[in-house]
Amino acid sequence: MYSYIPHTSGDEEKMLDTIGVNSIDELFVDLKEGGCLLKDYLKINEGISEEEVIRKIKRLANMNEQGTSFLGAGVYDHIIPSAVLSLASLPGFVTSYTPYQAEISQGILQAFFEFQTMICNLTSLPVSNATLYDGGSAAAEAASLILSSKRACNEIIVSSTVSPFYLECIKTWITGTGNNLVLLPEKDGVSDFDCLESLITDKTAGVMVQTPNKYGFFEDLTGVSSIVHSFKGLFAISSDPLSLTIQKSQGQWGADIAIGDTQSLGIPMAFGGPTAGYMAVNSSLMRKIPGRIVGQTVDNQGKVAYVLTLQAREQHIKRERATSNICSNEALISIMNVIYTSQLGFKGMREAALQSRSKAQYLLEGLDKLSFVNIKKRDFFLEFPVEFDSKERMEKFLLALKKKGIFGGVRLYQLTKKKEDEATILVAVTEKRTKEEMDEYLEIVGGLEND
Amino acid sequence: MTNEKLLINKSVKGRNAYNFPPLDVKPAKALNEKLKRLDEAILPEVSELDLVRHFSKLSTMAFGVDFGFYPLGSCTMKYNPKVNERLTSFDGFTNIHPLQDEDTVQGCLKIYYEMIKDLCEISGMDWGTLQPCAGAHGEYTGLKIIRSYFMDKNEPQRNIILIPESAHGTNPASAHMNGFDIRIVKSNERGLVDLEDLKKNLKSDVAGIMLTNPNTLGLFEVDILKISKLVHQAGGLLYYDGANMNAIMGKARPRDMGFDVVHFNLHKTFSTPHGGGGPGSGPVLFVDKLKKFVPVPDVIFENGRYSLDWEKEDSLGKVSSFYGNFLVIVKAYAYILSMGCDGLKSASEHAVLNANYMRVKLMQKYKVAYDRICMHEFVLSLQDLKNSTGVSALDISKSLLDRGYHPPTMYFPMIVHEALMFEPTETESLQVMDECCNVILDLYEKAKANPEELKKAPFKTVIGRVDEVLAARNPVLKG
Repeated sequence: MYSYIPHTSGDEEKMLDTIGVNSIDELFVDLKEGGCLLKDYLKINEGISEEEVIRKIKRLANMNEQGTSFLGAGVYDHIIPSAVLSLASLPGFVTSYTPYQAEISQGILQAFFEFQTMICNLTSLPVSNATLYDGGSAAAEAASLILSSKRACNEIIVSSTVSPFYLECIKTWITGTGNNLVLLPEKDGVSDFDCLESLITDKTAGVMVQTPNKYGFFEDLTGVSSIVHSFKGLFAISSDPLSLTIQKSQGQWGADIAIGDTQSLGIPMAFGGPTAGYMAVNSSLMRKIPGRIVGQTVDNQGKVAYVLTLQAREQHIKRERATSNICSNEALISIMNVIYTSQLGFKGMREAALQSRSKAQYLLEGLDKLSFVNIKKRDFFLEFPVEFDSKERMEKFLLALKKKGIFGGVRLYQLTKKKEDEATILVAVTEKRTKEEMDEYLEIVGGLEND
Repeated sequence: MTNEKLLINKSVKGRNAYNFPPLDVKPAKALNEKLKRLDEAILPEVSELDLVRHFSKLSTMAFGVDFGFYPLGSCTMKYNPKVNERLTSFDGFTNIHPLQDEDTVQGCLKIYYEMIKDLCEISGMDWGTLQPCAGAHGEYTGLKIIRSYFMDKNEPQRNIILIPESAHGTNPASAHMNGFDIRIVKSNERGLVDLEDLKKNLKSDVAGIMLTNPNTLGLFEVDILKISKLVHQAGGLLYYDGANMNAIMGKARPRDMGFDVVHFNLHKTFSTPHGGGGPGSGPVLFVDKLKKFVPVPDVIFENGRYSLDWEKEDSLGKVSSFYGNFLVIVKAYAYILSMGCDGLKSASEHAVLNANYMRVKLMQKYKVAYDRICMHEFVLSLQDLKNSTGVSALDISKSLLDRGYHPPTMYFPMIVHEALMFEPTETESLQVMDECCNVILDLYEKAKANPEELKKAPFKTVIGRVDEVLAARNPVLKG
């Protein structure tokens, strides 16, 4: 008897008797008849006790090294208030499934509704779903949405400054569907919007950009939505949701679609997942947006109630004509997100954003004094690129920091695989970092001046 | 019980639930005016206690496996072991950034590598990827691999995916997203793939077939070896939807049945919690000849060291931002360690035992859609009951809510009228199932005696039946 299987031998006998067979093997008669029954055990070790599992997994966790992290590129080491994990561990949230039965799922449905409300208010768009898998898949779904929106249009323009991993996801989605991806070039670390009009053809369905972009720079999107809307295209903007507390929201820039990853809202880094993707759209796309949506309605007594709605978009109703195949999403992550944003409120979130920005500014000013680096001066959020005079110097720099337990930055080449990015790192600073940690960082790399 | 107000309606201006450490550097200069946000987004302003009470209350208004029996067919709502939650709270996992140097993430990579190996052993496949974040995401990825294979073979005309009429809705949706067209294969009178219809549909334009085995009726496709032979002879590949893998762990392997690609749902078969609809994980495993299309990065083990290979020429690319839902994978890995080869096999055996027990008990009064030994789930048809009393599958389900049970899956698969699909899973005891069966049998009598009462159920829940038409016609999607 295994700990998660409650049957006693007496139970088994009684059950077999009720069914009218002599053994469990008889229940697998079709496998035998079909010639598929496995004779040997799988080549996996025998089961072990809970305590042994803990020992084993703890050893694996200890094989990883934790450091003072200045890594970003989509995942950031922000402060997470204690209540987030504590509340998100409650069994009603953890052990339920998609709330198909509204009467016994009001708590989950209401939490999703509050999440949607939060996303709508941050993005200034009226319709949000209840998550996609992550930022990359949200970007890909947004591209699909754009490409399916305009008859006979099979091209989408995506800025080269969109996160490289998001771009990879978009490419995967587009390959083999008869659609084309056109890249908007970058200039000086931001999208070159002067080129935009020249790229638009009668096949263009829409445009996607990101701010803060792959370098961490804010994009100035003044006038972009007018250009996109002048040819009746759709305009999508990907943003770190925390940045929306200080920069113009997607709706305020005139976008039709807002996307991004919610990791910065109370989700641990956890080797990149799980996080969640968010998507909000304008009202005209309400019946096309992918994913679960919760609506407010009433019950048979006229009481306020929440329910999954607009399901005619979804795979279990529409099958191949659905707007997406998504079924399970990242529900529990959305609950963590809405707990986080409810605890901090707008002011708290803005403080996290501004503190991150101030600290990043502090580190940037210190690094800028080094003779062997070049740092572009642009408006940025909490992350910025540092270019070295050589790849060797960059590696020395990262190694010196790593020896002291500091992860100094992400190699841009690791994201883009482009030769010209070989000697550049991205440095991210959150509100969690202290002046002391940054001073140590600067002291260590200052020592490389004399090398 | 009463409704809970939206948290925003408990908000009081100036109230605060969290303090950051004071800023220890000088404040950054203000953002360029034209980039600045124009307003303050409306978000709650509450105390920490307000927040805690609100979400604690909401969590009690959500039925989970921890509260009661949840025999939701096709979803495998088995017990989610508490130890696995504890393991994923280790900061040696939660504090790890995905782009740290490889030598600092050997523990994570080892789990990835060993998990792929274990899933290969369970499926019989040669290699795989853990990048997909859910079952449908796995389907998408697996079909993309099939797509890449035929493009690579210069057979782009293979543009059709065959799908049985009993299939999950995600199957045709995933195929369509990959640019495939769908052709439906009929089911025979036994609820299985109709071989004659399959033969008719197997033309030179077929890329492959997607099958769930056991299928969505809980029946094992006895002719699977014939099916796979036919599909392979026609030049197609076979895709295994692992939604029902809980029936056959250690008993049969998709590879041995002739499948080329499979996805598993770690949140079903491997006990990771469903979390209200995610995060899940949908690993994809495949045979050797499809290996070169694996999403990047691939994880490799050489000279005692794990690393990530990003430079794969024929890779289909990326399907998620980083490497998938790592913490979910850790939980499933721990589950496999706990159960072992013997425990996994026992889990499937008892899942099948439980389903057959419930099936036989309920057949005292109800009609089962296909009267034969089932695998881990079975489907009732309540059409006769509806004809005689007017009480529908929905009414019985809603009545179950008042008795403290989560109803079975309703109205699926679509080929069964008034369908109720039960999947008890192996973690439920005889006593729990007996009590539930007695209630369902009792409801049958109630339906005969007082049908109007059942049509109004539920009565004891926080709210009554909801007006879904109003929700869709007049959408209110934010507070």
